[in-house]
Amino acid sequence: MSRLPVRKTYKLFIGGEFPRSESGRTYEAEGQNVARASRKDVRDAVRAARGAFGKWSAMTAYNRGQVLYRIAEMMEARRAEFADLCSGPAEVERSIDRVVWYAGWADKLAQVLGSSNPVAGPYFNFTVPEPTGVVGILAPPAPALAGLVSRVGPAIVGGNAVVVVASEPHPLAAVELAEVLATADVPGGVVNILTGRSEELAPVLAGHMDVNALDVSGADGQVPELERLAAENVKRVVLGAPDDQSPWEIAAFLELKTVWHPIGV
Amino acid sequence: MTELERKQDRAPIPSGWEYASAPESREIVELRERYGHFVGGEWLEPKETYTTIDPASEEPLAEVGQATEEEVHLAVSAAREAFENGWSNLPGSERAKYLFRIARILQERSREFAVLESLNGGKPIRESRDVDVPLAAAHFFYYAGWADKLEYAFPNRRPQPLGVAGQVIPWNFPLLMLAWKIAPALAAGNTVVLKPAETTPLSALLFCDVLRQAELPQGVVNIVTGDGRAGAALVKSEVDKIAFTGSTEVGKAIQRELAGTGKKLTLELGGKAANVIFDDAALDQAIEGIINGIYFNQGHVCCAGSRLLVQESIYEPVVSKLKRRLQTLRVGDPLDKNTDVGAINSRQQLDKIQELVRSGEEEGAEVYQPPCRLPERGYWFAPTVFTNVAQSYRIAQEEIFGPVLSVLTFRTPDEAVEKANNTPYGLSAGVWTEKGSRILSMAQKLRAGVIWANTYNRFDPASPFGGYKESGFGREGGLHGLEPYLRFE
Repeated sequence: MSRLPVRKTYKLFIGGEFPRSESGRTYEAEGQNVARASRKDVRDAVRAARGAFGKWSAMTAYNRGQVLYRIAEMMEARRAEFADLCSGPAEVERSIDRVVWYAGWADKLAQVLGSSNPVAGPYFNFTVPEPTGVVGILAPPAPALAGLVSRVGPAIVGGNAVVVVASEPHPLAAVELAEVLATADVPGGVVNILTGRSEELAPVLAGHMDVNALDVSGADGQVPELERLAAENVKRVVLGAPDDQSPWEIAAFLELKTVWHPIGV
Repeated sequence: MTELERKQDRAPIPSGWEYASAPESREIVELRERYGHFVGGEWLEPKETYTTIDPASEEPLAEVGQATEEEVHLAVSAAREAFENGWSNLPGSERAKYLFRIARILQERSREFAVLESLNGGKPIRESRDVDVPLAAAHFFYYAGWADKLEYAFPNRRPQPLGVAGQVIPWNFPLLMLAWKIAPALAAGNTVVLKPAETTPLSALLFCDVLRQAELPQGVVNIVTGDGRAGAALVKSEVDKIAFTGSTEVGKAIQRELAGTGKKLTLELGGKAANVIFDDAALDQAIEGIINGIYFNQGHVCCAGSRLLVQESIYEPVVSKLKRRLQTLRVGDPLDKNTDVGAINSRQQLDKIQELVRSGEEEGAEVYQPPCRLPERGYWFAPTVFTNVAQSYRIAQEEIFGPVLSVLTFRTPDEAVEKANNTPYGLSAGVWTEKGSRILSMAQKLRAGVIWANTYNRFDPASPFGGYKESGFGREGGLHGLEPYLRFE
């Protein structure tokens, strides 16, 4: 006699928890009922991200690197599940290796992107990269897993907290990743994942006054309007590679801070 | 405070001290009656003109062009042609030599530029002579050296110029902002169309003569003058990049305008910087830093330390020393070498300062201005300190861009950080303490692009400058200042 499998309820991931949409809505994607986030869910997610930003950005780079590496470890343990939710094992392996690659960048960014500046006067002057704050990410529709990892990895390794709108047609890999993040020592709120209608959620994220940067790499056709909304609080608008890795993808989510101090006796 | 310091602080400031006036001669500047736009290496007769004045006397200085869309288009076409027919193929080492030439000519003609800058902008000659002009020359000198070293600045990225850069600059540091914009753009291999601010076009127009002397190829730098309409026309034109320094309001409008165009953009916008004074700070140095932070250039500085955050335990000595120091500031003729605070740049800006100061009084803050005689003609505003300021007051929230300081207090470092960061801006901040670990901790926690610790308002071409949050994005200065003018293959 075959056993009836226990199914999963596909929920949002906000502040380290798995709520349903406050709106009570779902939509059907990849054969499952998936939570359909509302405007208020976006605002709750931004609040959770802002709350987590202070702690995450204040952690040592070494520590953040270890947390990212832990994400890769947890993904490795779920390779089979991920493979069912994206294009297959090759995409899963590429995604895991990409997380490892970004993990290693955490404590090298300041050396590659920063500088000591020889000013014409008795001052010590240096420039260091810092995270920009809360980043809104519109995940590429595909590839379902590699696209998500390619955008979230560079944003969080530099110390940002993110609110991700998952691929609308392929949200299940994102929910699976949320379950990985919940068990990978990532402080609650550093990554928040919303599933639902991108057309409905993206403008709310783009116009939110407490979001510092907007990643439109996965935006479809809406970009000019989203950029206009983003100007309301001078958001950094990032158009990156949907399935690639580079330190400049990280730099796009960083600020540069320059510090002066007199030299004297 | 020691007993001696208390005595010194109570001693009256001798009122009989009259300074002999020491005006710099304006003869070194030869102004034409009328200027056109500088397009393709030649003067283009403008269709419309307006009068640019000396804000210290309201006397007219010259007629300058109000660029039309068509004139802006001609300038952009000239820049495009110069980019395609020569400049982009010129070896970096040759571009470098042009920039070195410009730096040297600016040094050679520095007094002329300093006097003109003070005449047209109202800033004290001491500042234009010692800060604006030398830094402008230094900027060209610094970026000259990068022109043939871009592949070392960006290894493995194959840096390429963007094409034509449209640049719109403010009136507070006209020549210096021109240098901040043009030097990195040319070093990276771009050509430019620059629009100086409506009220301060003259140093940019004199700069065209420097270009002639440097024999810079025609069309590599084009200057169009006019008000915001000319700037808007430039933003909408066929340029590859826009660099803007100015108000946050206009910056947002530009960002909206460029939405969906794929044009590169950098914005250096407003600020409301906190200058944080801890109780262990070297007080007299801190007072000088506060004064320099807010009264430098009449407070017409985007990174001005306009919110003073004083630790409660030293509030009284700081405020009393500050008021005393204010009495020694000399307000008046920008061309007088004794002058500390010059003229407000325009009637419009004076109105804005007066309006915000009125709001501060109405909301309940206590105002202090030292006794000083302001000239009868021209635009003037006495150095002003507000105490009893709540964070919610407009004078603690909005950028005044004038010689007006708002004093707030805090008890703990955490409270200082919270108050300092409680603004949509994030351009700069100051910290004063003798404790090294506290400096580094504050420098880490303040959300701003430039942190001055035990100093304020220092600038250098090698030092990246630019904001967090609504103070804009992109950096000017240093290696990082090249990136906004390059694309990578």
